[in-house]
Amino acid sequence: MKARVYVMPKAGVLDPQGKAIGHALEGLGFTGVKEVRAGKVIELDLAETDPAKAKAAAEDMARRLLANTVIESFRVEIA
Amino acid sequence: MKAAIIVFPGTNRERDMRIALKRATGREPLMLFHREPLPAGLDLVVLAGGFSYGDYLRCGAMAAQSPIMREVKEFAARGGHILGVCNGFQILIEAGLLPGGLLRNASLRFLSMDCILRVERAGTAFTSRWQKGATFRAPMAHGDGNYFADEATLDRLEGEGLVAFRYVNEAGEATEAANRNGSARNIAGIFSPNLRICGLMPHPEDLVDELMGGTDGLPMFESLAESLVSA
Repeated sequence: MKARVYVMPKAGVLDPQGKAIGHALEGLGFTGVKEVRAGKVIELDLAETDPAKAKAAAEDMARRLLANTVIESFRVEIA
Repeated sequence: MKAAIIVFPGTNRERDMRIALKRATGREPLMLFHREPLPAGLDLVVLAGGFSYGDYLRCGAMAAQSPIMREVKEFAARGGHILGVCNGFQILIEAGLLPGGLLRNASLRFLSMDCILRVERAGTAFTSRWQKGATFRAPMAHGDGNYFADEATLDRLEGEGLVAFRYVNEAGEATEAANRNGSARNIAGIFSPNLRICGLMPHPEDLVDELMGGTDGLPMFESLAESLVSA
């Protein structure tokens, strides 16, 4: 079973990377991009077959390692 | 003082730290590879700078999970003294031994230059050789040193006197221009509540000899040598 962990900088936490990407898009002529936030996606291939258990396990992994919850938020999707 | 420097794959400032500790204490510190056990009877554990585990996932995140860090946490729980510089500070934060987070520098640039630090709290094992408000020069070399914590945590750090060092200008003022990496409230280094763990981004160990261009960082190591006299 596949789990996808989306890790994003928390709302209110400065995201200089997102800001730089926004400036670059502006430079390319893309107008109207109000804000860019850059995060990461981590894909896990899990042996677990129960979706609820797989999600709970991935969330535990996110809390303990994949995200730093002081500065990042996360969301888990089971595919 | 019996000190050990922990060396992870990718640590690269351990020799500078060894020079600083040797100079202040007259004794060679132990260089401990991360797979070795932490010996008994240590007065100080040092986490040096570098790019442990290639900075994968987040700076310090992988090292914080390594088995030796479990022993370092036990050492901390027993009241041991720990110094973390640069990547070492990042590891202490990722291990939960110090609060907050270290974000990418606000400028997005890797900063390799000197900064000026102001001592915010004297009288600790790390700062006893300075007066409160003293300033000193320290080299810095990091891409992710932008200290972040929520307002409540920042207020608590300030209220409990746990801010160790701040980035300041030549006049000793904590201005925005002096705060090159964008850290919250110009914070360059902090203490744990028991004042026995200190983490900071700049490198005092890189200015401990006139041959290095100055001895501005030496008081930190002399403070440790004086405070942590072992039997």
